[in-house]
Amino acid sequence: MTGQASSGAAPMLVLDDVTAGYGDFQALFGVSLDVKAGEAVAVIGPNGAGKSTLMRAISGMILLKGGTVVMEGQRLSEVAPHKIVEMGIAHVPENRRLFPRMSVEENLRVGSFAPPFRAKYADRLEFVYTLFPRMKERRNQLAGTMSGGEQQMCAIGRALMSDPKILLMDEPSAGLAPVIVQQVFELIRKIRADGLTVLIVEQNVQQVLKVVDRAYLLEAGTIRHSGLAADLLGSEDIRRAYIGV
Amino acid sequence: MNRQILMGLGAIALIAVPFIGVPPYWLHIMIVILIWSFAYTGWSVMGRFGLVSLGHGAFMGIGAYGTALLWNHAGMSPWLGIPIAMALAGLFALLVGYPCFKYRIVGHYFALVTLALSEIVRQVIVATRDHTGGSLGYTPEPHGGEGYSIVALQFPEKTHFYLIALGVWMVGLIIWRAVDRSMSRYALEAISEDEDASASVGVEVTKEKLKITVLSAVMTAFAGAMYCQYQMFVSPDTVSGIGISLQIVFAVVAGGIYTRFGPTVGAIITIVLAEVLRINIAELEGLFGFKPAGLDNTIYGIMLVLFIIFLPKGVLGSIQGRLFGRSA
Amino acid sequence: METFFDNLFSVFFIETLLNGLLYGGVLALLSLGLNLIFGVIDVVWICYAELVMLGMYAVYFAHNVYGLPMLPACAVAILAVALLGYILHRVVIAHVLGKAPINQLLATGGVLFFLQSIATLIFGVEFLSVGVSLGSFQITEDIYVSKSQLVAFIIAAVTVLGMYLFLSRSYMGAAIRAISQDREIMILMGVDANRLYGITSAIGGGLAGLAACLLALQFDVHPFVGISFGPLVFMICVMGGLGNLVGGFIAAFVFAQLIATGSYFADLEWGAVLAFCVFVIAMFIRPEGLFARKS
Repeated sequence: MTGQASSGAAPMLVLDDVTAGYGDFQALFGVSLDVKAGEAVAVIGPNGAGKSTLMRAISGMILLKGGTVVMEGQRLSEVAPHKIVEMGIAHVPENRRLFPRMSVEENLRVGSFAPPFRAKYADRLEFVYTLFPRMKERRNQLAGTMSGGEQQMCAIGRALMSDPKILLMDEPSAGLAPVIVQQVFELIRKIRADGLTVLIVEQNVQQVLKVVDRAYLLEAGTIRHSGLAADLLGSEDIRRAYIGV
Repeated sequence: MNRQILMGLGAIALIAVPFIGVPPYWLHIMIVILIWSFAYTGWSVMGRFGLVSLGHGAFMGIGAYGTALLWNHAGMSPWLGIPIAMALAGLFALLVGYPCFKYRIVGHYFALVTLALSEIVRQVIVATRDHTGGSLGYTPEPHGGEGYSIVALQFPEKTHFYLIALGVWMVGLIIWRAVDRSMSRYALEAISEDEDASASVGVEVTKEKLKITVLSAVMTAFAGAMYCQYQMFVSPDTVSGIGISLQIVFAVVAGGIYTRFGPTVGAIITIVLAEVLRINIAELEGLFGFKPAGLDNTIYGIMLVLFIIFLPKGVLGSIQGRLFGRSA
Repeated sequence: METFFDNLFSVFFIETLLNGLLYGGVLALLSLGLNLIFGVIDVVWICYAELVMLGMYAVYFAHNVYGLPMLPACAVAILAVALLGYILHRVVIAHVLGKAPINQLLATGGVLFFLQSIATLIFGVEFLSVGVSLGSFQITEDIYVSKSQLVAFIIAAVTVLGMYLFLSRSYMGAAIRAISQDREIMILMGVDANRLYGITSAIGGGLAGLAACLLALQFDVHPFVGISFGPLVFMICVMGGLGNLVGGFIAAFVFAQLIATGSYFADLEWGAVLAFCVFVIAMFIRPEGLFARKS
C-alpha cells in the first residue's frame, strides 16, 4: 500500500500557505502540505495547535483567509463549500458529531444526501456494512445510544457513503477508552487497505505514526517538522515532546 | 461636570414646557411619551440582561385595571389602589418568575412562556366583561367637581399631569442608574453570559433574576396605572396582550437597550412616528376620498423590521457606538 | 354539583369533545408547520398565524371574487402562502439568522404588525365568509357533526401522515431532521443550509396555506383572525417541545380538548385561559416541553 506513495505522482491534495481562523482570532499561519493519492498522512501536534482548524479549512466549514487548497488541480475556493464533498473529500469531524436521534441507517443516508451520491446509495450501504458488520447489526438503533467506538464506526461509515477519494479524520481516538482506541486504529488500517487516501489529525502520536506513511508536526499554527512516519517515530525530539517516553 | 450642568438645564427646560404656551396637543404627546418611557425603562432594566419578557403587557394590565377596579368597585383611592396593584403585579411576577428561573427557562422558551402570561391577563379581562367592560374598555369613575380630584388622582388640566409624568420619568431614570451601578448588575451580566459558571462562583442566580423581574414588573404596573389615570380609559388592547408586549420590546430595542435614555428615545421614535403617520394618513383621506385604514401601521411594521435588521443596537446605541467607538 | 355532572354526561358535552377532537386536527397541522420551521431554521415565526390569515383571504378571493371552484382556490392559496413563506425567509429571516433571539422574535413580530395592517389596508376590517357550507350529519339522535370540521380533520390528519412519511423516507426529509440535531456539520454532508432553509420555509408556508383552507371552511376571515389561534399554536409547540413534531401533535389535541371543555362550562375566553394556565403549569413541571426527550 505504501508503495503507491512513491515520489513522482502528482499530489492529490495540496495546501499552499493557508491562513485561517475564527473572527479576529487566527489559528493557522501559512500552512503548506500535500497528500498524494493512496497515501496516509498524519498531522500531529499539541492541543490548540490549529489541527482541527486545518481540517475545517479544507472541507469548507470555515473560509480561508489566505493561501490555497487544491484538490486534483481544482482550487477549492472556487467551489461552493457544500460542493466540496462532491469533489471527493469526506470529513469525519471531531467528536464524531452523529445525528443522535436518528438511526444508524438514517445517519448513513444523510451521508448520501448530495444528488450525485444518491444513485450509489444501495452499493455504498452494502460497502459500509461489509466493512463494519457491527453497523448492520445496529442499523435501526439510535446513533446517540451507541458506545463511543460504535459511534466512531458510524461516523466513518457516514463519510464513506460519498465514496470519497480522500478521507479527513479529526481526532478519531479522542474520548475513547484505550481498548476502543486500538479498534479505531485497526479500522484505519482496514480503510487504508482498500486504497483510500487518508489525512488524519491525532494527538495519540505513537499510535497514529504506526498507521500512516508520513506526518507533519503542527505547532502554534505553523508546520515545524515533516517527514516519514518511521523517521519521526525514531526521532528523539518528537518522542520526548509528544510521546512521553 | 459639563454633563451635570447640561442635565440640569435639560430638566429645567422640561419643567418649563407647560408654562411657555406649548399647545395642548403637543403637551398630550409629551405626557404619553413620558409615561411610556417609564414603562419601557421598566422593561429594559431586566431586558438588558437577556431576560426577554413578552409578558409585560400582563403587568401593565394588572396596574391599569387593578387601580381602576379598586376605585370603581371598592371606592379605594388610587393613592392606595396603585400600590396594591403594583404589589399584585410584583406577586404575579414572583409567582411566575420563581419556577421559571428555578427550572432555567431561558431564551425562546422564556419569551414564549411570558407571552402566554400576557395572553392570560388579556383573556381574563375579556372574560370578566361584567366587571371590566370586556374588550370595549373601562373608565374610572370621575370624582369631585369638574373631574379635578387629588383623592382620585384625576387631573383634567394637562399641566398637572405633565409635571407628574415628568417626575415619574425622572425617577425611572434614577432607578435605571441605580441598577446600572449596583452589584446586581455585575451578577446579572455574569448570569446572562453563563449561568452555570456564575452559580459556581457564588452568584445566587434565581434570587438575582427574581429581584430584577419584580422591580421591572412593579415599574411597568405603575406605568399602567398612570396611563389609566391620564387617559381615564383603558381597554385590553391598549394595556395588555401580545400587541402591547411586543410594542414595549420594540420600542426599547429601537431606542437602545443598553443605554439609560434608550427606552426614552424608543418611546419618542415610536410614538412620534405613529402620530405622524396617523395625521398624514388623515390628510391622505381628503386626497383620495377614502380612508386608508392600516397604512400607518403598515409603514410602522416595515420600519420596525428595518430597525431590527439594520440598527440592532438601537438608534441611541448605534449613535453612541459611532461617536465613542464603543463596541458593546 | 348536580348540574356539573348533568353537564358532564349530557350529549352536548360529548359533542363538545368531538368538536375538540376535530379542531385538534387543524391545530396539529398548524403546529407542524411552525415546529418544522423552528426545528430547521431555529427561528420562531411570531407572524405564523398572520400567514394563515392571508391564506384565508387568498381562498376567499380565489373562490368568491374570481369564481374559481373550491379545490383550485385552495391550491392557489397553498401556493401563495408557500411563496410568501419563502419570501419571508429571504427578505427578513435570512438577515437575522444567528442574531440574538430577541432580534429574531422582534423581526418576525414586526412582520406580524405589517401583515395585520396591510390586510386591513387592502381588505378592510369586515368579516368575510367563504360561505361554503357542507352541512352536518347525524351520529346519534342528538349528536351532530359538522361536515366541514370532519373534512378539515381528515385532510389535516392525512397531511400530518404525509409529512411524517416525507420526513422519514426522503433524502430531503432526512436532511431536515438532521439539521435540527447538528447544524454546523451539514455542510460536510453536502447540504446547502440556505437552500434547505428556503425549502423548509416554503413547506411551512404551504402547511399554513393548507390550514388556512381548512379554517376558511369554518371561520370568517378578518385581519386580526390570527390572534385567535396564533398564541395557541405557540403554546402547543412549546408544550410539545419546540421542534419536536410528535410532541406538538399530541399537545395540539390536548389543547383543543382543554379549550372545548373550558368553553363548554364557561365562555370561550375561559377555555383559552384554562389552556394557557395548564400551559404555564406544564412548563414548570417539564420546562423543555412535556414531550421533550431528555438530552
